[in-house]
Amino acid sequence: MAKKTGKKANAESMAAKQRDISVSEFFAKNRHLLGFDNPRKALLTTVKEAVDNALDACEEAGILPDIEVKIEELVPAPSATKPTRYRITITDNGPGIVRRQVENIFGRLLYGSKFHRLKMSRGQQGIGISAAGMYGLMTTGRPMVITTRPNAKKPAHHLELAMDTSKNKPEVTIDIETDDFPPTSSGTGTRVAIELEGKYVRGKASIEAYLEQTAIANPHAEITFIPPDKAGEDPTLESAGGSDAAAGKSPKRERGAEDGRDTDTGESQPGADTSGSPRDDVGAQDGSAPVEVSFERTTELADRIVYPRAVDENPPETQEIKPHPYGVELGNFLRMLKNTEEKQLAGFFKREFCRVTPAVVGEITKAASEKGKTFSGQTWVKNLDHASAEKIYRALQDTKLRSPPTDCLAPIGVRTMLAGMLKGVKAEFYAASTRSPAVYRGNPFQIEAAIGFGGDLPGDQPARVIRFANRVPLLYQQSACSAFKSVTETSWKNYGMSQPRGSAPVGPLVIMIHMASVWVPFTSESKEAIADYDEIRKEMRLALQECGRKLGTYIRRRQRMKREGQKRDVFERYIGEISKACEAITGADAAELYESLMKQAKRRTEIADAVLDEDGKIVGFGDGNGRLDNDDGVIIVGDDGPNGSPNGGPTGKEPPAQAGGGANAKGTKATKSPRSREGLAESGVVESKPGKRVVKKKVKKKVRKKRSPEAAGVGLFDGGEK
Amino acid sequence: MAKKTTKKPASKKTAKKPTSKAAAGSGRATAVMRERHSSWDKRDEKTAESIRGLTDSIVKSALAGREPKVEVPTRSSANTKWNKSRGILQMGSATNTRQLFNLGQARKFMQTLLHGQGINELIEAKKTLSLRGMYYKGLHTIQGTGGKGKAGEKTFDDQTESDAILEDLEVTLGALREELHVFAKKRGTMVGNITVIDNGDEINCRRMGTGGYAVPSICEPEVIQFKDVEADFVLHVEKDTVWQRFNEDRFWEQHNCILTEGSGQPPRGVRRLLHRLNKEHGLPIICLLDCDPWGHYIYSVIKQGSISLAFESKRLAIPDAKFLGIRAKDYKECDLSDDVQIDLNDRDITRAKQIMNYPWFKDRQQWQREIKKMLDNGFKMEVESLITKDISYVTEVYVPERLKAQDWLS
Repeated sequence: MAKKTGKKANAESMAAKQRDISVSEFFAKNRHLLGFDNPRKALLTTVKEAVDNALDACEEAGILPDIEVKIEELVPAPSATKPTRYRITITDNGPGIVRRQVENIFGRLLYGSKFHRLKMSRGQQGIGISAAGMYGLMTTGRPMVITTRPNAKKPAHHLELAMDTSKNKPEVTIDIETDDFPPTSSGTGTRVAIELEGKYVRGKASIEAYLEQTAIANPHAEITFIPPDKAGEDPTLESAGGSDAAAGKSPKRERGAEDGRDTDTGESQPGADTSGSPRDDVGAQDGSAPVEVSFERTTELADRIVYPRAVDENPPETQEIKPHPYGVELGNFLRMLKNTEEKQLAGFFKREFCRVTPAVVGEITKAASEKGKTFSGQTWVKNLDHASAEKIYRALQDTKLRSPPTDCLAPIGVRTMLAGMLKGVKAEFYAASTRSPAVYRGNPFQIEAAIGFGGDLPGDQPARVIRFANRVPLLYQQSACSAFKSVTETSWKNYGMSQPRGSAPVGPLVIMIHMASVWVPFTSESKEAIADYDEIRKEMRLALQECGRKLGTYIRRRQRMKREGQKRDVFERYIGEISKACEAITGADAAELYESLMKQAKRRTEIADAVLDEDGKIVGFGDGNGRLDNDDGVIIVGDDGPNGSPNGGPTGKEPPAQAGGGANAKGTKATKSPRSREGLAESGVVESKPGKRVVKKKVKKKVRKKRSPEAAGVGLFDGGEK
Repeated sequence: MAKKTTKKPASKKTAKKPTSKAAAGSGRATAVMRERHSSWDKRDEKTAESIRGLTDSIVKSALAGREPKVEVPTRSSANTKWNKSRGILQMGSATNTRQLFNLGQARKFMQTLLHGQGINELIEAKKTLSLRGMYYKGLHTIQGTGGKGKAGEKTFDDQTESDAILEDLEVTLGALREELHVFAKKRGTMVGNITVIDNGDEINCRRMGTGGYAVPSICEPEVIQFKDVEADFVLHVEKDTVWQRFNEDRFWEQHNCILTEGSGQPPRGVRRLLHRLNKEHGLPIICLLDCDPWGHYIYSVIKQGSISLAFESKRLAIPDAKFLGIRAKDYKECDLSDDVQIDLNDRDITRAKQIMNYPWFKDRQQWQREIKKMLDNGFKMEVESLITKDISYVTEVYVPERLKAQDWLS
């Protein structure tokens, strides 16, 4: 790291300038490496690091996370394009931090519990939150404020932390005990407040998008977001994020703009609008918000977005694993040999690696041995010279080893993913799949994919791809990410979607890809894209294909339903005319005739009916997870609510014979589903006695016709625009 | 067969004058409501009965939970049989099942019943409607369709749809269009040595001026009766323009015949009229048509019936009708100029070959030769081409000579 300065430098003068560089100092100069390249990203990265830490801490402590993210604009932005000062406050209900560790965790870079282990967690290096604090300190001069209550019965600690970048050491400026800590569900918790210069924007790669996606991948967490009162509209956003603006984002921004103007009217204020996150749960939650808002508009609580909890279960605790030999490079191997406390090779392998059994050690040493130089498990570690060690290393790499254990992985799981998608994506069809664990470079990983299709998703844009690594949303560098590449590689045409060559499919589709691993190979330190390993990409493709097949089945079934429905419409239309004509000619009773013909029509188009029936049969997510318990990774949200297809492979599996009465009874059940939307009104739909409801039927039909252009007709690839 | 009885018509004409005048006078008096021919009532009863029968079977199967069906005899060339011994085309026994619960047929099924209802009403009211009238009669927006800014579905999109349904009903009910109380637009003209009683009005076809007697769509004996049939034969020409030439030249007077035209493919009324003149009065029917596949087919329809109306052949076809011209040989025989040639286009050639292969043309050597000759010529000729010789060449030379020589195809 020595640098030549001045014209004439000699070794001495140079030596005077050669000194240690503290890590903090290095990162202060290279903050882009950590995701603080611009004010916009700085704000997001800060929220991201804090939320990731909070989630990790809660999960590790077995607490269902409740996280509140609050962003305040401290100084009004001079113009919409200029950055200004914000305070970000993140409160969690985690276990809290013991007093003596606070400085270390928040004040030092590269300090943490996560770097030295191979365990699946959100953060990896332990630089995130302290870097955020450092950034804040640099841009505003304000220290980080940490309030933490590790013991529910004791008061909380209140600390203000600055950081000495040259020494990589924290400086505590204020250290008091306080009762000013909000009550949390667990009694414990931590609140971090950082003031920093940043720019708050909406749209793609915004804090909102991040939290929304976090909520999808972490349905066990409840996240409350309080955005700055009047979030400035950023005219540059269009060019910045608009080029590949994610599907479904544009209406959101419009609404946001509206919101900004009409802050006076309570009605236009609900948080759901600002959130724009297409989700009715939020709407429901926010039903009460306008009241609060209209009265306390002048306070910081202008509006809020709540991402509610969808599953009441933390992800399973993951195991830490030892490195797998395939993932260890020669340099590392040598270092491990040097540092080990074990004396002999057998012990060394046993302690430092996984999957190297004594039998394997025998195999390795035998393979590495040659004339004059033999190794065994009893070989003394310290006697190994460089050449020998390398020989053993090569033998180790050539030996066939079992894959690393996979209990270190906690995939989100099909059920939970569906819950998250259902919450965050307003589609009508959801499918998810979890691959079995696989290995790249000795690191176990697991790929999961989920898709949401149809519904209110825009039909004329490329599918929106949301990527996650260890449940953390990846918002930048989409096209560099192997997750996105795997989407473009998958042939969606097979599943009834249109797909321009070499790009993502076009249609009302949201694709979620999650990679769980003890070590996610990011392309850079700022953790934005997953590196391209063949093994990873292959798994991703397979997961997408699994979802795609279900989607294909669904699309085909939907087309068939539509056909049958149209057919019935046609019959229904003519039956009235026919009955009347018959009455006029022979005096037969037109009503009676109509009834019996309608009955026949229904019977003959019962596939359309079967679907309606299925609507009834299917229990919504809100009804408890009953249906999801035996799900096959599919949820279908009909017009009247979500339906988990019981069999997953939907077509024709439901016995048509049940079309009549049984389904009717269950129709009411669907009505109760809390998630049902306005479609409910017509959800009397399933009826076994057509005659009785001749009039009603008509009404229903009209409604259906009206809906069809958006919902069913155009909707296939063009729907949801409204 | 054509005899020249030039003088006769004139004397007859004068003789008939008073009668026709009287008839016309009395006709005017009772024009409003005429006594219908008694046999109509029987026919009506039968038609109404079959409509009810059809509907009953639909109602019955509907109530029993079976699919309502109507068997409609197939009107296609495949289901048209050439009855060689009778010399007419007849409809085969094949039927199409028209089902309600079939996406392609549901609409037609509904339309069939709508028209059934309409005809039922017509029969009860003892009134008739035109094809277009029937279209309007059945036309309305289907209940439950349409709505905000969206047009509802109509029972009939256009008259073509309605016409096809009526033809279906004819064959299904085994009733004639006339029996369904439906008539077509008038087409075709007649003039000549005959008096017609049309719905009670006596019409002397010798005194029809330049316009001629418009042949009604319904020419059943109940409506039209013949009186004083003095002509020796009927000359049927293809179109009105040619007919005008003959009428102006008083051809029918000079040759004691009846002169008809059918404006191209003759409508049922004209064919029925010709058929009756041929059957009831033994008048030979002689056709003067263009020398092209179209003309040939008109002759074929007059002679043995058409495919779409094969079920009516026995009361429309005239197996001994003659084809006088224009013949392919006429170009040379009449020494016509090159200018009258109209090149055969591909469609003409295809059609000609198709006609040659019809079973009822296949075993007629002279027709095979005739069409082949036309194909060899490579051109077609219209009747008007004879005008290049002289304005009245066709009436004064061509037709008389051919009649005299009995130079015709049959």
